Order: sequence, then structure tokens, then C-alpha cells
Amino acid sequence: MEQTSGNPHIHRDDEASKIGMWLFIFTEMLLFGGLFIVYSIYRYLHPVAFELAADELDVLVGTANTVILLVSSMTIAMSVTAMQKGNKKLTLALLGATLFLALAFLVNKYFEWGSKISYGLYPGSERLHEFGHGDTLFFGLYYFMTGLHALHIIIGVVIISAVMYRVHKEMVHPTKYALLENTGLYWHLVDLIWIFLFPLFYLVT
Amino acid sequence: MENNGKHHIVPYKTHITVLLGLIILTALSVAVTSIELGPLTVTVALLLATAKALLVLIYFMHLRFDNIIYSIMVAFVMFSIISIIVITFLDYLFR
Repeated sequence: MEQTSGNPHIHRDDEASKIGMWLFIFTEMLLFGGLFIVYSIYRYLHPVAFELAADELDVLVGTANTVILLVSSMTIAMSVTAMQKGNKKLTLALLGATLFLALAFLVNKYFEWGSKISYGLYPGSERLHEFGHGDTLFFGLYYFMTGLHALHIIIGVVIISAVMYRVHKEMVHPTKYALLENTGLYWHLVDLIWIFLFPLFYLVT
Repeated sequence: MENNGKHHIVPYKTHITVLLGLIILTALSVAVTSIELGPLTVTVALLLATAKALLVLIYFMHLRFDNIIYSIMVAFVMFSIISIIVITFLDYLFR
């Protein structure tokens, strides 16, 4: 493993903390991987219901949220570059942009879920009961998977805010920025999951 | 490995190029899935999603610039997930 730079008297292993972050990411991939298997099996068992139910979802909102997340992934990746170049102001600005985009994603999600719920499409609703088994499964998975993903976004908002504070206080600085890097990795994971959620729920109709 | 123990700094321009690629792939998948292709739709959508995921992993998550061990681990996890999906479907298709 490579040597870590900085104060030799304080033990610090950035490489190990990064491997730890990756291991956490793998558990997350397996968690969502399992859910994708559930989705694909039920889609295989109820092809027509899943196709019709997916038509209810708004492709425009889904696409907008996809672009929002992709841009936010770029801004946080750029904030690592800015940190490496020692540009604190730009790092904070890019993290702020990421935070703003994360909140925009959640606002979109709020209105999207709101319109579905007001239309009577939510787990346990009368309307879904009338539609039958396939639709109930589709919307159950839709709310659970996008909900779990949105929970990750909310956690990301908290973590990014904490990192911004630490960058501001210079507890994270150009020779010690593993926390920023790992936060970036987490945020890219959230993006990765959405990259698969989007076509499976919104596009494949 | 072009970084001899030093951190590789990914230029801003690379990030912008990757983002453009991701947005083009997104537009492509929206366009392709709006045409009726039957069962091919799922395949095309998943292939485009995989291409996007690889772009994010390789450039945004620095796999290309980091120690090869990260790429090996990611490949192993992806292989595991794909195997589980294939085995599950073999069970459902042939029962």
C-alpha cells in the first residue's frame, strides 16, 4: 500500500478508510441487487400488469431527476479535484451545488409521489386493490425502492452538509481529504442505483 | 498505474466530458424505449444503464486512477450479483 502523506506521528491510513468505504458500497449494491431480483421476477410473472403500471409514471419527471443526479455526481467529483488543487472556495461552492441538486431531487420526488398518492396509487389503496395483484406488486416495489433510494439521498444531504462544515473549518484540507473522497464515493453510489431504477420503473413500459 | 503513490488529479474537463456522455446515454435510452421494440426494450435499456454505470464507476469513482485492487473487487461483486440473477432466472424459466 502507498504511504500516506502528512504528520508522521499521527497514524492515519487513507487507503484503508477508502477500502472500508468500498466494502460498505458493496453491501449497498447487494441490498439493491436483491431488490432488483425481486423486481425482475415479479415482472416476469406479471408482464402485462407491470407494463401498464409503469405507464402511470411520468417519464419527464424521471428524466429530470436522472439529469439532476448525474450533474450532482459531477459537481461532487469536481469538488475532490478542487480540494486536491487547494481551492477551498471552489470546493465549498461545488459541494453547495451538490446539496442544492440533492434537495431539488427530493422536491421533485415529493411532487411525484404526491400526485400518485392523490390519484389513489399507494400501498394498500382501494384503487390498487381493484387493479389487481400485478399493479399492487409494481407500486409496492416502486414505493419501496424509490423510497429507500430517497432515504439514501436524505442521508447524503446530512453527510455533505457535515463535510462542508469540516471543509469550512479546515478539518478537511488538501493533505487530508479522505472524508471528502469517501463522501463522493457514497454520492456516486446513490447515482449508480438511480441509473438502474430509472429505466426499470420509468422507461420499460 | 500512472500515479506512483501520489494522488491522481482528474481534470475538470474530464468530468464535464463524462457528464456529457452520461446525458447523451440518458437521452438515447429515453428515445429508444419510446419506440416499440417488444422484449428488446428491456435489453437495450439495461445495456445503456450498464454503460452509464461503468462511466460513473471508472471516472467519477476514480477506478481508472486507483489501485487495481478496487476494480478487481468491484468486478467480483458485479459478477456475484449477475450470477445470482442468472441462477434465479434459470430456476424460474425451467421449473
